[in-house]
Amino acid sequence: MLSFIALASIILASLAPQSEAIWVYTGWERHALVGSEVRLSCSFFSWRWLSDDVTFSWSYKPDNARSSISIFHYAGGQPYVDNKGPFRDRLEFVGNPQKRDGSILIRNLDYNDNGTFTCDAKNPPDIVGRPSSVKLLVFDKVPVRAGVITGAIIGSVLGLVILIVAIYFLMRFLVARRVLNLSVSKIEKGKKVKGKEGSQQRQGPVLYATLDQSTKLKAAGSEKKKSGDSKKDKK
Amino acid sequence: MLFLLLGIVLLHIAALVLLFVSTIVNTWVETSGSSADLWLNCSTTNGGSHCDPANTSEWIQAVQATMILSVIFSVISLFLFFCQLFTLQKGGRFFFTGIFQILASLFVMSGAIIYTVKNADWVPESASYGYAYILAWVAFPLALISGCIYVILRKRE
Repeated sequence: MLSFIALASIILASLAPQSEAIWVYTGWERHALVGSEVRLSCSFFSWRWLSDDVTFSWSYKPDNARSSISIFHYAGGQPYVDNKGPFRDRLEFVGNPQKRDGSILIRNLDYNDNGTFTCDAKNPPDIVGRPSSVKLLVFDKVPVRAGVITGAIIGSVLGLVILIVAIYFLMRFLVARRVLNLSVSKIEKGKKVKGKEGSQQRQGPVLYATLDQSTKLKAAGSEKKKSGDSKKDKK
Repeated sequence: MLFLLLGIVLLHIAALVLLFVSTIVNTWVETSGSSADLWLNCSTTNGGSHCDPANTSEWIQAVQATMILSVIFSVISLFLFFCQLFTLQKGGRFFFTGIFQILASLFVMSGAIIYTVKNADWVPESASYGYAYILAWVAFPLALISGCIYVILRKRE
């Protein structure tokens, strides 16, 4: 039994490395303003420990071009930035390879920098994987996303209306309760002035108050409705 | 009289239909071969029509929001009218109905005004106003009159 388990685990362990691959992550899109700088991040996941020969490569393909050019390479612990191409003097390596971060910083953006940046990371002996691309979009003014302001206006106005209606009904409820409390206290004072009675009659005021209260409320309500009755009566 | 009630409901529904059409149909401005706003820019080239999403500036989004709010308030007002018709006491006024309908008319007015003032930012000079824009302007006084009638109205019987 034990030998069978040992054999199975050895077979599994030898099979596992063939299914692993390196996974490279970058963003999907980056938006930036003309003249500003943008940080393109690249990191990777690998089953192996970080090797000393880890490499990062960035390449750039303009929007209308067919092929890409290489703009950055990190190998053997040294970064090599572009010193001849479109990004000379504008590119800086801001990543930390010890933390699997191979990000670059591009300064002073221009409309010609629109395009696709591809990051390829390798962690020997884990070298099988796909590079990952991030699109750079350069604007002169960052556009408002569709629907953000619409939703904000609709939500705030509806919330305000619901709040006002809730406050109106709350005020009506509180006013009705205050009228109830006032009439209850008046009736109880009236009963006390008449003198002390038996216990059964003491329970009387509670029932009295509710009966009296309902008629008082009805009277008050119909009074309010009839008060403004100076205009024509239509249906 | 029943005819009066029917007339008022018809006026309300007419204003509501105008609001719906004006909000949904994408023809606030028209040029030859294309129409635009509030939601799509559609152009018909020889072949078929092709639609892009409308400009996403803040002012178009404000107009979209006010038109949607006016439709919502008008629908709520119609619903409240039928509620209050059966629950109001004798001599009562349709306050809530009238208030919501007047709010709807105010929102349509502000949406149409914002569009009129600010559309030069994204609309080319050669474009002319389409029928959805005119319907929005027509819906505003209809809704306002309808709301005022509700405020003045009293329930009999």
